[in-house]
Amino acid sequence: MKRTPPKSARDVAPIVYPAIMLVVFFVIPFGTMVTVSFFKRNQGAFYTPDFVLDNYARFLTTFFGGVLAFSLFLAIMVAIVCVAVGFPFTFFLVRLKRRAQIAWLLSLLSVLSLSEVIIGFAWSTLLSRTAGITNLFVALGLMDRPEAWLPGFGAVLTGMVYQALPYTILVLYPSLARLDWSLLEAARTMGASPLRAFFNVVVPVSRNTIVATLIMVFVFALGSYLLPQILGRPRQWTLSVLITDQAIYQSNMPFAAAMAVFLVLIALALVGLTTLIGRREAEA
Amino acid sequence: MSGLALNNVQKHFGSVRAVEDVSLSVPNGTFVCMLGPSGCGKTTLLRMIAGLEEPTGGTILLDGRDITTVPTHRRELGMVFQSLALFPHLDVAGNIAYAMRIRGASQAEKKKRVGELLEMVHMAGYGDRSVAQLSGGQRQRVAIARALAVQPKLFLLDEPLSALDAKLREAMQVELRQLQQKLGITTIVVTHDQREAMTMADQVVVMSGGRIRQAASPVEIYRHPADAFVADFIGSTNLVPLSVENGVATAFGKPIPGLAVTIREGQQLSVRPEDIILTPAGEGTLSGRVAFVRDLGATIETFIDIEGHRLVAASTPRDRPTVNVGDETGLSFHIGNAVVVSA
Amino acid sequence: MSGRLLRFVWMLAVGIFLAAPLTVVAGVSVNEQQTLAFPPQGLSMAWYAAIFTDDEWRAALFASLILATLAAALAVSIALPLAWFLWRRQAKWARIFQLLGVAPFILPPVITALGFLSFWATLGVYGARWTAVISHGIFFTTLPLVTLSLGFSSIDRSLPEAAATMGASEGAVFRTVILPLIRPYIVSGYAFAFVLSLNEYIVAYMTVGFTMETLPIKIFNALRYGYTPTMASVSVLFVVIAAVVFGLVARFGDLPKLLGALTRE
Repeated sequence: MKRTPPKSARDVAPIVYPAIMLVVFFVIPFGTMVTVSFFKRNQGAFYTPDFVLDNYARFLTTFFGGVLAFSLFLAIMVAIVCVAVGFPFTFFLVRLKRRAQIAWLLSLLSVLSLSEVIIGFAWSTLLSRTAGITNLFVALGLMDRPEAWLPGFGAVLTGMVYQALPYTILVLYPSLARLDWSLLEAARTMGASPLRAFFNVVVPVSRNTIVATLIMVFVFALGSYLLPQILGRPRQWTLSVLITDQAIYQSNMPFAAAMAVFLVLIALALVGLTTLIGRREAEA
Repeated sequence: MSGLALNNVQKHFGSVRAVEDVSLSVPNGTFVCMLGPSGCGKTTLLRMIAGLEEPTGGTILLDGRDITTVPTHRRELGMVFQSLALFPHLDVAGNIAYAMRIRGASQAEKKKRVGELLEMVHMAGYGDRSVAQLSGGQRQRVAIARALAVQPKLFLLDEPLSALDAKLREAMQVELRQLQQKLGITTIVVTHDQREAMTMADQVVVMSGGRIRQAASPVEIYRHPADAFVADFIGSTNLVPLSVENGVATAFGKPIPGLAVTIREGQQLSVRPEDIILTPAGEGTLSGRVAFVRDLGATIETFIDIEGHRLVAASTPRDRPTVNVGDETGLSFHIGNAVVVSA
Repeated sequence: MSGRLLRFVWMLAVGIFLAAPLTVVAGVSVNEQQTLAFPPQGLSMAWYAAIFTDDEWRAALFASLILATLAAALAVSIALPLAWFLWRRQAKWARIFQLLGVAPFILPPVITALGFLSFWATLGVYGARWTAVISHGIFFTTLPLVTLSLGFSSIDRSLPEAAATMGASEGAVFRTVILPLIRPYIVSGYAFAFVLSLNEYIVAYMTVGFTMETLPIKIFNALRYGYTPTMASVSVLFVVIAAVVFGLVARFGDLPKLLGALTRE
């Protein structure tokens, strides 16, 4: 059935309901939020409709700027670690026998069902002094005393990597599952060791997928709200934490909205930049 | 008037002219093969006959009725696709009975007809198998049975045998032809394999560049190709460039006896390899040097270079004089076996 | 072969990494005392029973299940016609709706949550329970949209054409050919949306957090204000539910194919 342009009202009908739903319940809320970001905050109450840039100005102070910078840095780190671990993992996964593959896939899908809270809780236990894995290391003779590995940057990173890893693998899965194995085999016949073949063939061929996945994990990590609070100190709290704080506890919707808009713009800019660089390199 | 008629049919995709001014008449009950290299427009033409593409110009008539704008599902056809398009979610019987199911046939009717069709394609008892379990040849047969289930007026096939291996292909060509003759159904097959066309068809339609070059019986096309393209596409041939010198038709400077002088610029003489006779050097109409000999057992092909052109002569071991690579040799042919063609 | 060893070690390491928190959670869930001790001191299955016997936990469980059931259905209802249209028709302007369908999920959740909050507040219905269904439904449209797009792209276009040549009208083609082939993807899309809705915190919190406690909200509150192993037993229950749901999908369908692999030939 060829893809033909729609010719009648009947042809266009299927998209009407989704279009309405998405516009009414996504575009409008989003638009409302952007509008609110320009409003003036009323002491003690909500806000009055206005058009001021106060909220954005406040945002550009060193404190909030610092939080933004940290959030971006953290998200980038999570993305890099997830892809660095997940890409070879997925590569190995697709070469397993069917049964083993299905078993792993089911495990990954089940882990997806762990909520952020529980992940935070579990890792806070695993990294604690009393009940954590350091006790295991002491028992194995690798450490003298058990110690707490949280709160801290490492703990937050670990928790967020844990949360994003199943997604990373599932996103990489389709393209690695469809990889043309004869490319690898050709490299092997020309003398490349498995490791070499992996880096010289598989990685370059999957380049677009890798970049897309990095972007996806980056955006995903940028939105992390609970884990930084559970596993990190206040200086490791991300922008999302601050936004929620301002919106709910400080009743400062306009400011929260301004930060949110800013976050989206930065994220889009970074994504756009990465895509552009990728395209430039591809053309070169 | 009966049969299928295409009148000045054309199909443009933007600036690409896939089919240009095609007119064709297919009497009921004939087996037509549309033949040509990839991109010649034959599949597009078939799809227009099926209603899967809409012509940008021209009309299509079936038994006098204009079906140009009639949607596919009302054209009473049966079609076999190149990928066979068997439904993976239905078993063999489900596939074959699909057209009947659409028309609301009863379980009993479907069962009976499916049984008949499976018999017809020599696959009795395969009804409850899943499509994935079948071999290439078996899927082929199911696709054919499915297309013929409700006795359509037109039977269309798009490169139906391309996925089969050589031996199976040849067997299926014969089977398909026999089936068609038994049922007497108007059949149109698209193929790029000229041997296939020659084996099965009553009428061969040779296409290239969106146009019909020649539409005639296989023998006619072989013996009297309409132009250089057809001559070269069907079987193999030698295309000898012609010119006129001093009122005499010549090739490579030598006069060609028996050839009428009314030749135009750029015309060539088509001579099939099997019609070229090797003579001792200096005695033939033309002469050249043997560049290569290919002994295929039943035939021996001799490649001869004349002034930068390469001609091929095919002889049986018995008729071939002893000439080896590097020797000078002469070539002759009966003028009745040669055809003047334009490019 | 060092290649095989590397593979074994790498996958084992990741496997342990993924399983460790689960072990902790499972261990905590069977602890005898009402403390979150790990390793567990004394074993008891009481906390699994508590999910159903404790009023608050039971209410939260049902709230989450109902929300997930309805929201996933809404998400699929939006994604299916959209994916179908994008596959069937050539329309550049439709791409924007594809982007809109994907956007809620790729934006940081707090943004979407905030957007919904201001929207519902402006409309004056902030806190109403059904707003959570719509919020989650829109938020999770992406997943069924992605699986359905994948599903549609895997349909050999000559199949609906063949059906047409055999007399099937557009409607009959959709009913007898497209729908059966797309059904597994509808199911997996629904399963994804369902499982993720069950565990989603921030959108639920921001939209109905004060009027309704879903399980993730209750768990977070429990973490902050009053520990109880029930939160661990609930999580284990959810993992089991997810495993069962996806296990069924795997049993009756081709899981690798649903996740994007090519059919084995």
